[in-house]
Order: sequence, then structure tokens, then C-alpha cells
Amino acid sequence: MLPSFTQASDPGPDFASLVRKVGLGPTPSGSSTADVTAITHGTTCIAVRYADGVVMAGDRRATSGNWISHRTIEKVFPADRYSGVAIAGAAGPAIEMVRLFQLQLEHYEKVEGSHLSLEGKANQLSQMLRSHLPAALSGMAVVPIFAGYDRGRSIGRLFQYDITGGRYEESDYAATGSGSMHAATVVKLGFRPNLGRDEAIDLVLHALWQAADEDSATGGPDLIRGIFPVVATITKAGYDRIGDADLEQRSRALIATIEANQGTNNP
Amino acid sequence: MSMPYYVAPEQMMKDRADYARKGIARGRSLVAVAFDEGILLCAENPSRMLRKISEIYDRIAFAGVGKYNEFDQLRIAGVRHADLKGYSFSREDVDARSLANQYAQMLGQVFTHEMKPMEVEILVAEVGATPHDDQLFHIQYDGTLVDEQGSTVLGGDAEAIRARLTLAYTEGSTLTEALAAAVGALAGPDRTLSEPELEVAVLDRGQPRRSFRRIVDAELAALLPDADADADADAEPDAELPADSETGATDDGTANSDPSQEG
Repeated sequence: MLPSFTQASDPGPDFASLVRKVGLGPTPSGSSTADVTAITHGTTCIAVRYADGVVMAGDRRATSGNWISHRTIEKVFPADRYSGVAIAGAAGPAIEMVRLFQLQLEHYEKVEGSHLSLEGKANQLSQMLRSHLPAALSGMAVVPIFAGYDRGRSIGRLFQYDITGGRYEESDYAATGSGSMHAATVVKLGFRPNLGRDEAIDLVLHALWQAADEDSATGGPDLIRGIFPVVATITKAGYDRIGDADLEQRSRALIATIEANQGTNNP
Repeated sequence: MSMPYYVAPEQMMKDRADYARKGIARGRSLVAVAFDEGILLCAENPSRMLRKISEIYDRIAFAGVGKYNEFDQLRIAGVRHADLKGYSFSREDVDARSLANQYAQMLGQVFTHEMKPMEVEILVAEVGATPHDDQLFHIQYDGTLVDEQGSTVLGGDAEAIRARLTLAYTEGSTLTEALAAAVGALAGPDRTLSEPELEVAVLDRGQPRRSFRRIVDAELAALLPDADADADADAEPDAELPADSETGATDDGTANSDPSQEG
């Protein structure tokens, strides 16, 4: 059956509301007694503003308590052509939230025949987080970063969130997840306005490296298995994920630099 | 007990069909043709805001003629159906055939059960991996569903336009050739259609995901046969080069229209 609604109950361009109306929405979660450490968690993501727009990056490790439950999880996703979203927290609800968010933007665009503004997209994500709050309070928190290229103003913009749906625009960089403190410190020290593309990509790779070095839940580049962080730029030309060959080269260069500066830690 | 006037069912259906056909004939027509790199949808539409052609899903487009509010309602229902299906199953499970069937059911239902039939004709097009897999589903106001090959025409003047299109269109033509054939068929012998009067979009076979793309403004003007003549007059070297390399289509287009203007 084609979905049809009376005028009063029509969900308009809101996909989340449509999903609820046809009964596909998430079941409301009560207070949880489940062991939340058994739930898969994603960890460190960062976004940095540079000259052409924004670069986003996330490591590839997922953990359940002390276990590494997945080595190649992806936490940075295109939200639509001109924006991206990176997630940390309980992986299941986070990935589901991203999926719904992507569809929400696409659905709006198709039904209305025009793009949402970047601000509008950021607010949409805020609303999704707000409706996720009960689950977040029972241990399944999701904390995303949203970044995109604002075509109206011709600049890259980034937004940080908390579990209540609070939305905070950052001017330079944003980080989320268990390794975010270390990653953010590296970015903070290496940041200056209007970084070039190469500098920005190398900076986020270095930040993730240092996060992985200090935080057991964050994975570094894995040269044996050929696993590298997900890195994407969002510019006037849209969302562009950097290829693994390029990342391998950059990671090897980074490791060589770190090796050269490394003292022995033996007392 | 008073009896209502008896109306033979044949007469009732005929009246409804006539009513719907008249409504559709008031609007302007639309042509869809397959070309080497996808499917071209081309409508005569002076409005830039009220669209006849739009995106449904990754490889599926929708087009409607007739009463705008009615086909727009169908369009939104289609987008919802496709997005919900893709959400609950997978993106690759969304297909034009199932959607076309749903539309046919709905239009058939409205035609027989509602006070007023919908005054619309719609098209659901899906671009495949190869030209052989392209699908064009043409659905009439009464729910009649036709699976068309290569090209289709929607609207009141469909017969005449189809006849002109059959003459001008060849399978496996390029976008420029297909557009020239479609615009020529829509315009007929007595007039020419230019960029502001046309709404054009393609389903691009080469795109990995969302293949729907509108062709507007300068890009459309450059593709139209008339624009080549303008470009020559303006002596823009960039615009001239493609015009020269595609002589076949452009020359045919102008040759066809010139004698008819004299006659």
C-alpha cells in the first residue's frame, strides 16, 4: 500500500515522523538492567576546519568492555552531499541514528524539492539526540559531531553535541569519544586558521595516533592488516573520503616522524 | 422508495474516462526517452517552481502530467513508499515495478470508487545497469499500467507527439540527440521550445547512488539545438566546438524545422 494520510495527520517532509506513523519507529526503552559494558562502543572522532572546508576523521576500533569487538567499524559518514556526521558511543543506536539522519535529509530534499540549510540539518540531529535521551540515560549514550560546508556562507562549519541534544557550534575543531581529550589536545597545538588540505589531514591523523597511544579503546593505524582511520573532507565540491593508499603513505610518514623523536621509556 | 436514475456501467465508466482525459488534455505533455547513458525526461513546463519531473529514489524518477495537486500527491506518496521500503529492507530492494503496481492499484481504486477520477497520467522510470535493463512504466488515470520500451509520451496530445518522436528518435542516441528528438516532438512543426519553457532531467546510469539530475539554465541551453545557432552568433569558441562535433543531430533538427516554417 502506498502510504496515505489525512490532512491533519500528514507527516510532511519529516521522515522520522513518517517512520513513527507507519509503526517502524524504535520501541521506547524502559530503565535498563542490561550490562552496558557488553554493548559495542565506538570511540574517537574529530573534525577540524581548514581553508577549503572541514576535515573529519575517526578511528576504526569498537570495544565491548575490555574486548576489541570490531577492528574495521566506520564512525564517519556522509550525511548528505555537503555534510558529514561522526559518532562516538553505543555503536548500535549510533549507527541507526546516522542512518535515520541520512534518510531524513534525503527525504526532506526529495519531498520539498530543496536542500535543508546547514543550520537546519544541525537542528535535526539535535532533535534526534533529544528523543534518544531515555536510552542515553540508561547507558547507551550517543555523542556525534556534525560538520558541513555551508553553501550560503561559503565556509565549513562544525557542531558538537551532548546526550541531551545540546548543540554547540565550534569555530576551529571538535572531538568526541573516549580518546577525544588527547586528540583534541594535539589538534589544539597544531591548529591555526586556514590550514591547507594536506596539513589538516596530517593533523587529524596525528591526533588519532596520539589518542590511540593513550586510550585503549581507540585504534591506531594497523599496517599489518591495512586498516586506516576514515578521513573525509567536506568542501564546496562535497563530501570526499580519502583513499586508503593515500592514508597509508601519510601514516607511514607520521610513524617515521614519531619514531625519530621517540626516546626510550625504560628507566 | 425512490429509485435513482439507472446509468449503465459502461456509460458511467465512459463518462469518468472522458472527464479524466479532458482534464489531462488541458495540460502540456511530457516525453521520456532512453539514451546511451541513461533515461531523459523532458516536459514542456513554463513554471520553474512547480515541477512535473522529480526524484523518487536512487535509480527511480517520477513524472506526471495533468492536475498538479493530484500528481504531486502521488509523487510524495511514492517518495514515502520508496524511502520506507529502503529503510526497512535495503536500498537495492526498492524497485520501479513494485512502485508502479502500487500506483496502478491506487489510481484504479480511485477511478472506480471515488466521486472523481484523478486527472493525471504518470510515469515511473528506472535506469538499469545496461540500456537493456531500463524500465518505463506508464500509468493512466484509470490504473492501466503499460510497460514501455525505449520511449514514452504522457499527456493530451500523446498520439501526435508519439508519431513525431518515432520519426526523430533512434535507439542508443546520445543525450544531445535524444533531447533534440524529445523537444522537437513536444514542439511540433509550428513552434520551437526554448530553455525557459522546458523542464529536463536525466537518470544517469554512471552514478553510483542517486542518479537523478536536473539539467537547467546554461547547461540545458547549451544542449538544445537552438542554442547552437545562438552560440554561433555569439561566436563563443567553447560553445562552438561541441556543436560542430555533433553535426548530425543539430543539422537534422534545424533541417526539419525550417521547411515547416516556410510551409
